[in-house]
Amino acid sequence: MTNVNLTVNGKPVRRDVPDTTLLSDFLREDLRLTGTHVGCDTSQCGACVVHVNGKAVKSCTALAVSLDGAEVTTIEGVAQGRELHPMQAAFNDHHALQCGFCTPGMIMSGIDMVNRYRAAGKDLDAETIRHELEGNICRCTGYHNIVRAIEDAAARIQGADAPAHAAE
Amino acid sequence: MYPTKYHKPASLEDAVAGLRSAEDGALLAGGQTLLPTMKQHLAAPTDLIDIRGIDGMSGIRVEGDVLVIGAATTHAEVAGSSDVQAAIPALAQLASGIGDAAVRHMGTIGGSVANNDPVADYPSAVLALGATIVTDRREIAAEDYFQGMFMTALEEAEIIRELRFPKPRRAAYAKFPNPASRYALVGVFVADTAAGACVAVTGASESGVFRHEGLEAALSGDFSADAVDGVEISSEGFMSDIHADADYRANLVRVMARRAVAALG
Repeated sequence: MTNVNLTVNGKPVRRDVPDTTLLSDFLREDLRLTGTHVGCDTSQCGACVVHVNGKAVKSCTALAVSLDGAEVTTIEGVAQGRELHPMQAAFNDHHALQCGFCTPGMIMSGIDMVNRYRAAGKDLDAETIRHELEGNICRCTGYHNIVRAIEDAAARIQGADAPAHAAE
Repeated sequence: MYPTKYHKPASLEDAVAGLRSAEDGALLAGGQTLLPTMKQHLAAPTDLIDIRGIDGMSGIRVEGDVLVIGAATTHAEVAGSSDVQAAIPALAQLASGIGDAAVRHMGTIGGSVANNDPVADYPSAVLALGATIVTDRREIAAEDYFQGMFMTALEEAEIIRELRFPKPRRAAYAKFPNPASRYALVGVFVADTAAGACVAVTGASESGVFRHEGLEAALSGDFSADAVDGVEISSEGFMSDIHADADYRANLVRVMARRAVAALG
């Protein structure tokens, strides 16, 4: 057992955890944040993607003990109260899910890629989004709408960055 | 996974001491290979020594004509570094094609080079560029470092501290990724260096990364994609598996070599 201090979705969390506990298990079993899904046992599917210190990582491939002091954001932490994150809203609007199992990871990866491309001042077009989604698998083959949703969310977030014009 | 004890030493000396005192210790540098392997019960180290908290283990700097990358530097950091993009753009491009975005945020160059997976990307760049592997106790030339599939010159409890890449005149990496795993089915790193044409091939041989003398000889006389065509690429000792047989891999070596040379411009 090792004592770890984390900030999860803005709240400080302190727990004793076995050294073998994966971040995904810590989130789901200890904190009951079951929005983070585990779809494979081989680090390939991406359903478990969360943000650690602002970067997308596979929570099934990180040990909770190794993240002492880190800030973790899960799918439960992206909405502002009742207002969905623009990425969640775009997934809703574009029906970017079928069974929904991969959706939390898709949304966390989508937010991460929009953040990275904005920071680098680069455009996120549909082809780039498809490449960027290499680590997220949807077995319902719903990629078309997922790509459309991320493209739309990127535009919405970019639009929100632009200086506001007075409506006449 | 089987029980293990996690350690996060603050110094390289403590990390070496931790490895020495462990019954069966393993270094945790990013964990993107080690943790999946442990989950599958294919590895069961008694102790995990996390080297990411050690000062000076990560970061990128340029020293004259040498690009220096700390062992715990992530693939995403290498891919996004303006220093790497300016000094050896092929290395940044290689890093941007490893695994997927989430894996690149955790996986490290030192971890990849220490593991020496026969289908990993970095070993080809290290070998073709004639990099130096700097450990806690010595410097190892790339040509002496890679010793076969998952085998390296690293001794018991020896830890890679940083990698030093001499800047080539130009270099390019072409990879045919396995569409499922993103590992190289075949990857060819071509470098035009002070020592001549260097061509390193990953993903193909059962002995891991290797330099292709035939391609190097052909490119030394004529550094063009067409020069690749006349070279015999033997499939002897190449891997055959469900993804590709040896002959297919040999053909890919030629195609990737052509693409890499063409990308040199």
